[in-house]
Amino acid sequence: MFEYAPAPESRSVVRLQPAYGLFVGGEFVDPTDGDSFTSINPASEEVLAEVAAGGVGDVDRAVRAARTAYDRVWGPMPGRDRAKYLFRIARLIQERSRELAVLESLDNGKPIKESRDVDLPLVAAHFFYYAGWADKLDHAGFGPGPRPLGVAAQIIPWNFPLLMLAWKIAPALATGNTVVLKPAETTSLTALLFAEICQQADLPAGVVNIVTGAGDTGRALVEHHDVDKVAFTGSTEVGKAIARAVAGTDTKLTLELGGKAANIVFDDAPVDQAVEGIVNGIFFNQGHVCCAGSRLLLQESVADQVLASLKRRMAQLRVGDPLDKNTDIGAINSAAQLARIRELADAGTAEGAQRWSPPCELPDRGFWFAPTIFTGVTQAHRIAREEIFGPVLSVLTFRTPAEAVEKANNTPYGLSAGVWTEKGSRMLWLADRLRAGVVWANTFNKFDPTSPFGGYQESGYGREGGRHGLEAYLNV
Amino acid sequence: MSERVTVRKTYKLYIGGKFPRSESGRSYLVQSGENSTANVALASRKDARDAVLAARAAGSGWAGATAYNRGQILYRAAEMLEGRREQFVALGIPGDEVDAATDRWVWYAGWSDKLPQVRGGVNPVAGPYFNLSTPEPTGVVAVVAPAAPALLGLVSVIAPAIVSGNTVVVAASPTDPLAAVTLAEVLATADLPAGVVNILTGRLQETVPSLAGHRDVNALDLAGVADAELATSLEVKAAENLKRVLRPVPANYDWYANPGLARMTALLETKTVWHPKGG
Repeated sequence: MFEYAPAPESRSVVRLQPAYGLFVGGEFVDPTDGDSFTSINPASEEVLAEVAAGGVGDVDRAVRAARTAYDRVWGPMPGRDRAKYLFRIARLIQERSRELAVLESLDNGKPIKESRDVDLPLVAAHFFYYAGWADKLDHAGFGPGPRPLGVAAQIIPWNFPLLMLAWKIAPALATGNTVVLKPAETTSLTALLFAEICQQADLPAGVVNIVTGAGDTGRALVEHHDVDKVAFTGSTEVGKAIARAVAGTDTKLTLELGGKAANIVFDDAPVDQAVEGIVNGIFFNQGHVCCAGSRLLLQESVADQVLASLKRRMAQLRVGDPLDKNTDIGAINSAAQLARIRELADAGTAEGAQRWSPPCELPDRGFWFAPTIFTGVTQAHRIAREEIFGPVLSVLTFRTPAEAVEKANNTPYGLSAGVWTEKGSRMLWLADRLRAGVVWANTFNKFDPTSPFGGYQESGYGREGGRHGLEAYLNV
Repeated sequence: MSERVTVRKTYKLYIGGKFPRSESGRSYLVQSGENSTANVALASRKDARDAVLAARAAGSGWAGATAYNRGQILYRAAEMLEGRREQFVALGIPGDEVDAATDRWVWYAGWSDKLPQVRGGVNPVAGPYFNLSTPEPTGVVAVVAPAAPALLGLVSVIAPAIVSGNTVVVAASPTDPLAAVTLAEVLATADLPAGVVNILTGRLQETVPSLAGHRDVNALDLAGVADAELATSLEVKAAENLKRVLRPVPANYDWYANPGLARMTALLETKTVWHPKGG
């Protein structure tokens, strides 16, 4: 194996303030009935900044600011002008992308090569894509003159903080809605930097409001009487609670929730490519990916060969400093998430599956989990049924294509799936039968602003991205 | 010469292509036409579960049928309904409502092979990938039929669900169930595979909560629920496995108006398939 010298990305591009307020009505304000908390770097546990936790009154203030902006400015504004603001934002993100990428890696723990090469390019592309829709909504296939809904309450997770912000804010603004967005508690900082970008773009006050905080802040936002739309990305459990909370109202709801994707490898698949896909599927972003390929289904005849290759490849993965440009796997986002991963991995062992990790030195401080696979997993095991949301892969086998479909679909989720085979007819046959919103064939974890993303069944409803993504924010 | 004694009909449930009585053995009395009454099956929660099983069993075959085939079967339903116009009129359904219901089958029949083109397509991703989105049926849909117009309302909630490949369990209007049972006879002769449409008669409070809470039902259409409190409680139950929910239709809704795409699209999932391109 090669020796690598450290190749750290410089932090100097990021200038953090010691404390951040809420972004309401175009300016940063102190919470009135809220509190504050610290945001830490999960790779070192160092405190990055003090962040405000919005209370019920703060949420109300933000919703009122969004309502005013919707009624007076953003709703009446011609689409071509909304478009220009969104194009401005897209450009500012491109210009400040290194700063945003470094801050994302600091606050989230993800490797800089991912925040720099995946997250940030997709964030800018998403704003650029939806900017172009703002003055073309008559041609989007929903009939003439589709109308915005009004004020959108948006709650996003910690795994792709800025990318999820883009998936929420860009289509909402393009269609003429105003938003109140709550970032995840552990990853607020890039959203607050985005607020500065809104100021820099001279986006009218109140069009974007950012209320930081934890679950209580989110609940206050969802239950606010004057929101017309709720969009949530996060756990299936919270998604169900939100669905119950909006029952009986006129609030439009879209949910992007958990997954337990099958990644199916047939005996004719090119092994090296499949192994790269398996690694990308489960170890990308430390496995903190709702569409992660967390159940590997290997055709029995090649299972040993693929596993041997996979283990060889896993031994090359570099776990460590997220800001090092050679790092493949960064830090687990929080102590709570690390505890959850450990608990499920221990359950895997307790239920009789065999655990394996490559030799791997983990840093002393911060939250870390070595890339792990379990073999001898049955469909009844918790690690085959529950979303782990970490770098842990459960390996099962199958003999026939029909058995692969049966096992792949044996889950209440339905977000994504992967298929590896050289035979086109078999790939399309499987793609038809897999109950999942995204099917990656001979690839995995690919995203694009033009491509709709979202799940079947308990992975949620509605689509984000593409023409389909407009529907969530229009009265159609 | 004495007047002929007429043959009266027993109104039963429609489950899995068969016409069983309620497993509970119960029935209730409703007015049929001007001077007669009919006993209608009073479905139980077990009947509702049986209907879900039948709908699930029919699902893969119906969703897997070609769009051309599904379109022809929906058109066949229009043909059968046209032929039985007088039968519905005798139940008290106005003739122009029967005609509108027949036309509605024709309208939806034509959508089966157009919906995927209108709702799907190629996405121009920024990379060397083939990327295609297509609509797919959500699965098993539980539907509360509107009380009125009894026939047009019923057709207007069944057709948009099944045209794309969903299968349905319909809770018929408790006060006006005869149109629903008679429509079942139309469907049974339209080459519609058994279990694609299942119809329950009886009390909504008895069957619908168990459908709303059923873990193997994928969507819930509350079209005919007039009681706001009941609608909310059903939507709360539906959240248990995140069913797609269509909220109740306002009482003043014009069922004769062009229905648009909304009822169809609410019961679709979008699947997006990626594949690399390379020489």
